[in-house]
This record gives sequence, structure tokens and C-alpha cells, in this order.
Amino acid sequence: MKPNLTTNPTRMAPGFPLQKMLSTLWRQRLSFIFLAPFLICFTLFILVPVFMAMFMSFTTYDGFHTPKFVGFDNFITLITQDQIFMKYALPNTIKFAFFVGPVGYALTFFLAWLIYQLPKSIRDIVALAIYAPSMVGGIALTVVWQAAFSGDYVGYLNNFLMKFGFINAPILWLQSPDYFLNIMIVVTVWMGFNVGFLAMLAGFDTVNRELYEAGRIDGIANRLQEIYYITVPSMKPQMLFSSVMAIVGTLKAGAISSQLAGGPVSPQYSGHLILNHVDDYAFQRYELGYASMVSIVLLVISYFAMRLSYRLFGPKEGE
Amino acid sequence: MGAIIYQFKKMSWSEIVLLISLMLMAAFLFLPILFIFNHAFKPFSELFNYPPTFIVRQPTFQNFNDLIMKTSAGAVPFTRYVFNSLIVVVCTVFAVIFTSLLAAYVLSKHKFYFKSLVMGVIMLSLMYAPETVGIPRYLIISWLDINNTYFGHILPFVASPVAVFLMKQFIDQIPNDLIEAAKIDGATELRIFVKLVLPLAFPAVATIAIITIQAVWGDTQASTLFMQDETMKTLPYYISTLASAGTGGNTIAGQGIAAAAGLLMFLPNLIIFLLFQKRMMETMVHSGVK
Repeated sequence: MKPNLTTNPTRMAPGFPLQKMLSTLWRQRLSFIFLAPFLICFTLFILVPVFMAMFMSFTTYDGFHTPKFVGFDNFITLITQDQIFMKYALPNTIKFAFFVGPVGYALTFFLAWLIYQLPKSIRDIVALAIYAPSMVGGIALTVVWQAAFSGDYVGYLNNFLMKFGFINAPILWLQSPDYFLNIMIVVTVWMGFNVGFLAMLAGFDTVNRELYEAGRIDGIANRLQEIYYITVPSMKPQMLFSSVMAIVGTLKAGAISSQLAGGPVSPQYSGHLILNHVDDYAFQRYELGYASMVSIVLLVISYFAMRLSYRLFGPKEGE
Repeated sequence: MGAIIYQFKKMSWSEIVLLISLMLMAAFLFLPILFIFNHAFKPFSELFNYPPTFIVRQPTFQNFNDLIMKTSAGAVPFTRYVFNSLIVVVCTVFAVIFTSLLAAYVLSKHKFYFKSLVMGVIMLSLMYAPETVGIPRYLIISWLDINNTYFGHILPFVASPVAVFLMKQFIDQIPNDLIEAAKIDGATELRIFVKLVLPLAFPAVATIAIITIQAVWGDTQASTLFMQDETMKTLPYYISTLASAGTGGNTIAGQGIAAAAGLLMFLPNLIIFLLFQKRMMETMVHSGVK
């Protein structure tokens, strides 16, 4: 990457390019001092771990012996031999990510839009009620989901469904592979109205009101067209921030699987996401090299998800 | 209140229908929180009721009592977890605000080499989730020899790309002329930062405080991976052990205690959010990625 020469060239010291650069750097030292605390921590706990994971993904490493370089063996194993990954972790993650990502995102937008139609005094209360579950955090809510989806007569969902005659016998929601992933999705979407939701809600405020007037004159007939032609293009920046937050949320959501299952692995791998696969290999089997490789695959997937959101909502050339 | 009633009178029929359906929706989404509130105050007998009840009939503090008693009998008293959590949250929040504000100010208002590179890396790492690289982080913590210390809790959270990004977007709104004027008046960079940028960026500071508190207060990764010493673990870790013990024999008996603990986890978040809600919305207006 080429350094960004933002300083005025005429003010630079004469001499060789390197010397020039050094003297400019020296004049800018204050900026770097201000930046230093962040950059040091960033390097130490974000940059280095990611590069280490990349390096470790080419090794076999158990945490005690020195890592042994094995080239692309881990990747080949993943594609050809890892049945659990191919049969459970990957399809589960794709399904989970689809519903929690794009579907959850659309839902977030829709809800935020509906709330925005309310008068301002009531808006905050409704927004708070919807934002609250994401504030509680997964750990504290585990008790709620365990009670709600409990497999006996006392479980709230079972009790409710039986009272209205939808089912005759209680269903083992959290022990049965048929329901586990779906419950995970519902729970995650439920808790997913997070910072991104607030960003969207705030984004509606940034839309220029006059555009709606202009739109009506130009023949926009209904609210849907208004959203499509005016609202969404006007608040693209917020939409982008929100979608990046949605990707992060989806990445992090692996923990919900073990929280609901009460153990590292969900019943018959029904809720096994890629992140659980990483944890399984790292902290149950101590195959750190292999686990790192899986986590790198996950990071690459999320990187492309982010590229896609930039495509959709990012600034276009000339904007 | 009067303002709200006035609003109702002004609303059209379709708006009232919308309001009612949204209220129902919000109430539905709010159920888990109501549940925690009610469950935490249920006496033992009501936890076992069939059919299960939602609303508590005879509220008691028994569960909170049990929560404290249960742990005081164990190796680590409950208060120790709370103390650890408080220390970690307070230190982390100040560290994050300090580093992010400094970095964001420089990225927003200064010109220097590698600025676009640094900004690009931050934009890329917005999607970073620490959970994905738990293993290398664990190794780094071991090499730095900060296992079982408060540093092991705090340092991994200090660099927060989201915080820097939100802060930078907000500081972008502060007019350059203002800073130039201060410079002409002879203010040093440090003075400008403390007297000018800090007060003006307060909404963003509050927002970052909220986000950080929510992340750190609920985090179990540091306690699980970096802390082997039981006395150094935090409240959410303890609660997660309660909840997973619940899948064993005493599901329901443990539930009351876990709900009480869950309520303790939730209340600080709620209070801080309510205090700073306005500031947060002010910041989110500028959250756009441009």
C-alpha cells in the first residue's frame, strides 16, 4: 500500500526520499503518539492473533510440542475427510447465517421503519423494549430459554401448545435434533436487535424530508416505493454499518448453541456451527492447528459477506 | 404524559392500529426480560408450580439470598465475582474511551503518513469477532504472562475498532475552523483535545461506554480461557456455570437462582442505557459508513 502523502510537498525537508519521509514522520510524531495506545493493543490482540491463526493453520499443534509445518494438509483434510464439518457445521452455519443475517437484517429494517412511523414520544419506549433483550446478553437469558423450551410439562412452550391443543405430548425441544437449530435461530434473531437496530432507527432521521415531497411529485405512489427509491438510498451508510454489525453478530452467535445445549456439542450436532467446530477442536481435542484453520475459513467467509454488503450499500464511484 | 395523550388524539386510525400492533410486538419481544424479573422473585413453591406461572404471586428475596448463601459455602464467595466484574468493567471502559478517543481524534483531524492504511485496517476489522481467534489470543496472554491477572481481563478489550470508528465519525462533525481557531489562540494539541474535543464528543463517549459495558459485563471468554484461578473469574462466568448445572438434576431449583443472577447482570446495562439513551441516538445518526 502506498503511503498517503497528505502533507504539502513544498514544506518537506530536502534530500533523499527516505530522509524526507523520516523528517515528515518526525513532524507528525504527535499524531503517532496519540495513536499509539490504540495501535499497540490493536496489534497485540487483533492483528497478531489473526496472523498467528493464519500461520497455525498450516501446522499441527497441540499446545505443548513445537508446531509442525504440514502445508495444506489441514485444508485438504477439511474438504475431504471432515464429515462433521461437511455434514453438520457447514450446512448448519449456512442456514443459520441466512436466517440470522439477511432475514434478520430485513426484519430489523422493517421494525425500525415501523417504529419510525410512530410519534417521537412513544418511539423511544417501543425501541427500548425491542432493544432490551440484546442488552441482557446471552448468558443471563440462558435461564429464560431453558425454562421456555424445557422438554417436560412444565416448559412454557409445551404448556402453551398443549393448552391450546396443538400438541398432545410435550416435545423435547432442546434435546431433539429436529428443533434445535430452529430454536437457535429464533433466539438469536430475538436477541439480535442490537446496535445495528439503533443505527437504522437513527438513520431514518438523516433522510431529507424534502425528498419525500419531491418523490410524490415525481410520481411515487406508495410507501413501498418510497422506501425503495428514497429511504434506502438516503440511509445507505447506516444500512452498511448495520449490516457489518449483523455479520459480527452472526459470527459471534456460536456460543448460543452450547448455552442452549448446556455442553460444548449440541444434540447429534444439530446446532453445530463452524464456531462450535473451532471450539470443539481447540478446547476438547487440542488440535490447535486444525482449529485455527477452521477459524481462518470462517474469517474468510465473513470477509466475503462484508464485501457483499459493501457492494449493496457501499458508496459508489463518484458519489 | 399530557403530550402522549395529545399525540393519541392527533393520530389517524391506521396509525393507531400500527401503534397497537407494534406495542404487542414489543411486548412479545420484551417477554424474556419480564420473565427474568418475575422468576427472580418467585419463592421455591412457585418455581415448581404446574401449570407453570409467569407472573410472580408472592415475591420474595429468597433467590438472591440463596445466590449469596450458595456461593459463600463454596471456595469463592459471590462478592468476589462481583468485585472482579466491577473492577474489570470500570478499568476497561476508561481504557477503551481513552485509547479510542485519542486515536479517533488523530484519524479525524490530523494528516499523517499511513493514515489511510490505518483507517482501512480499522474498517476491515469492524467485522472482527474475538471469538474466532481465541487460541492465538490465549497464547499471547500466556506469553505476556498476564494469566490470572486483571490485565488479562482488560487488555484484550482495549482495542475496539467499532469504538474508534463511531468516535471518528462523530468527531468528523466538529468543524475544523474551531480547532484552527484554538491553535491560533495558542492552545497546545493536548489542551485542544481535553478542552475542546472531549466535551464536544461526549455523546460518542457515552455510546462507547454503553457498548463496552455491555460487551465486557457479559463476557465469559476471558474468564474461561485466560483465567485458571477461580478467584479471578467474573460474574457472567459464574452465572454460566449455574445455568449449565441446571441441565442436570436440579433444573428448576437452580432456575430461581440463575434468574436472580441474570437480573443482576441485566440491571446495570439497563440503567446505563436509560441514562445515556439520547446520547446514543445522537451518535448513531453519524454511524454511517461513508
